[in-house]
Amino acid sequence: MSITDYFTLLWHDYTLRTITMGTAVLGAICGMLGSFAVLRKQSLLGDAISHAALPGIAIAFLITGAKDTHILMLGALVAGLIGTFWIRGITSKTHLKSDTALGLILSLFFGFGMLLLTYIQKQPNANQAGLDKYLFGQAATLVESDVFLMIGVTGVCLVILLLFWKEFKIMLFDMDYTKTLGFNVRFIDTLITFFIVLAIVLGLQTVGVVLMSAMLLAPAAAARQWTNSLGVMVIVAAIIGALAGVFGTAISASQDNLSTGPVIVLVAAVFVLFSFIFSPGRGILFREIRFRKNRNDLQLKKTLQFMFGIAKTHENISHPHAIRILNNFHGFSKSSLQKMEEKNWIQLKRNEWSLTKEGYEEAKNLYNQQSNE
Amino acid sequence: MSSAQLEIQLIASVVAIACAIPGVFLVLRKMALISDAISHSILPGIVIGFFITQDLNSPLLILLAALTGVITVIMVEMIQKTGLVKEDTAIGLVFPTLFSIGVILIAKNANDVHLDVDAVLLGELAFAPFDRVLISGMDMGPKSLWVMGSILLISTTLLILFFKELKVSTFDVGLSSALGFSPMVLHYGLMSVSSVTIVGAFDAVGAILVVALMIAPAATAYLLTTNLKKMIVLSIFFGVFSAVSGYWLANILDASISGSMTTMLGIIFLVVYLFAPKKGLLSVLYRQKQQRTEVSLITFLLHLNNHSEKRERHINHLQEHINWQKVRSKSVVDLALKNNMVTITDDIVSLTKKGKDFTGLALEYILTNRDDKIEHIKEDFFLFRG
Repeated sequence: MSITDYFTLLWHDYTLRTITMGTAVLGAICGMLGSFAVLRKQSLLGDAISHAALPGIAIAFLITGAKDTHILMLGALVAGLIGTFWIRGITSKTHLKSDTALGLILSLFFGFGMLLLTYIQKQPNANQAGLDKYLFGQAATLVESDVFLMIGVTGVCLVILLLFWKEFKIMLFDMDYTKTLGFNVRFIDTLITFFIVLAIVLGLQTVGVVLMSAMLLAPAAAARQWTNSLGVMVIVAAIIGALAGVFGTAISASQDNLSTGPVIVLVAAVFVLFSFIFSPGRGILFREIRFRKNRNDLQLKKTLQFMFGIAKTHENISHPHAIRILNNFHGFSKSSLQKMEEKNWIQLKRNEWSLTKEGYEEAKNLYNQQSNE
Repeated sequence: MSSAQLEIQLIASVVAIACAIPGVFLVLRKMALISDAISHSILPGIVIGFFITQDLNSPLLILLAALTGVITVIMVEMIQKTGLVKEDTAIGLVFPTLFSIGVILIAKNANDVHLDVDAVLLGELAFAPFDRVLISGMDMGPKSLWVMGSILLISTTLLILFFKELKVSTFDVGLSSALGFSPMVLHYGLMSVSSVTIVGAFDAVGAILVVALMIAPAATAYLLTTNLKKMIVLSIFFGVFSAVSGYWLANILDASISGSMTTMLGIIFLVVYLFAPKKGLLSVLYRQKQQRTEVSLITFLLHLNNHSEKRERHINHLQEHINWQKVRSKSVVDLALKNNMVTITDDIVSLTKKGKDFTGLALEYILTNRDDKIEHIKEDFFLFRG
């Protein structure tokens, strides 16, 4: 199946439509909430929580004995929240740093989850098969009710975001100020963390434990490069997330043997790479161009400064001098002199240059500015 | 105990020790999550290595995969250097991407590769004794024991040789470069050792549990001591203890060995986290409560010191003036009474001589903010704190 086939099939095929909708909505909500995670420097929380959710899934299964997705998700949510608050407890009450706390919770919870999963697998319960799909995620298992749940959560999350927009924003950028203004910081903090954990848990079924962190981070990291406004960033991140979901599903559906999760992550990574390089404000490419331009500018000004030093000893500033005498100053070339002539700083006549009035003024001011600083 | 059981425990212990040593330095250098990143991103390295060697325990594969680990570190640092995103975001971007590439490589070649993602991610210790080294027909023991044993030997040798350098560069980068130990070389050295260890261990315990074996013993030990040597010894002890006890737990539950090793590590960490003598949660909470009471006491005494008029010193007035709840003000007054710092006559609180001296000292401390003052006060007045 080629990619064009996929897009025509999308309108007829129920499964394909459900999966595409699911990954798109998931990408959008992850992008939205991921923006907050990235800006709060909690990027790796997603990684830790998605791993920490595993024992929750296993315990929920052990208690109910049924493989109802929503109950398992509830278990994952509870385990994820316990993990989050334990991480916070470790960093605030002991001298262990946040990276250690994250790594600890991630690996210990996951290991415990593995213990439970292998334990469950040995149980005589035919229902247990397929619990390990949460490890890597299987977008193919998405059904319509899952998608509705995702859309519902996204809706609630949007409402909460709009309601508490001001609070979230101020807390992102200045926690102490928020406190002094009298906002209940703990409540706002818990609220946003809760939604981040919720988004992670929603994504587990689709992209799995390992790749969830990228799902949360990549759209936000890409969106960050295009704007300095939180509102725009959240929207752009949601769009990038949704696009990554759709394209990832399309590519994986059009090839054999490609699971959806990794492809979505790779598509998102391409978005990030593109943004890193080509974003006009912060991108590497434009920064390099600006850097070069500034360096050339500086070079020209240095040459001008040197010429100024020679010219000011003469009564007539526009007295022509031989280009030769610039030789012990190495920062000039034929083209740079021509550029200076274009800027009307100097006049070139065969082997001689002379400073113009403008060039003289420019050099003088340059000198003043420098000495003022 | 059969010889296979003994061998599994031996392998688990060797893996635990080999992980604990670099783990201590990763935790101290605040790079614990690098181990997580490396453990995931070695996947494409392992896959490509496996295409070439067709043997999960071949040294070439280990080197190739370890190289991917070091490349991960370099990529994270490169992204971080652009200043476009923070370090943790850089880590979070690099390893899932590399991991995805690995997963796709496996999926696309599923038919001719006997390697699946579960095996890499989760590992299975129980099968380790079946893969044996045969030298001219002689059984020389399980292969993974040899692999991990040599990795452990190398990292122990490096640790002993460069202990001083590692110590200095971990705690004071500036000093270490001033002394002429390049922090860069040590950094990449540590990264390479961690990378090789993770690759060697993934086969036995899986990529994620390697992270547990690296971080958890070191973090647990860090809660108990601030001495580097003791910390290394303690983490090795915790690692080996969890390896052996984890094996038996798995035996009882008939579950994954690596999972139960991690669970044991988790239990040990939880116990230490709660009950560690100085840095455990309970002692921290107790200390914070004590400090709160101390601060209240000082506030209370200073208030008394400031007011000579009777109205201000009436016990009911104190409650509303300092704005404490009833319980708290009662406990503070009781404490002050017990220490003979105040006397109460007709509901009027007044400072005793001892209370005045103490308040004077406390005031001086607040004004000068010099620690020697408070040390003296602690000895004198806070001895019978109840």
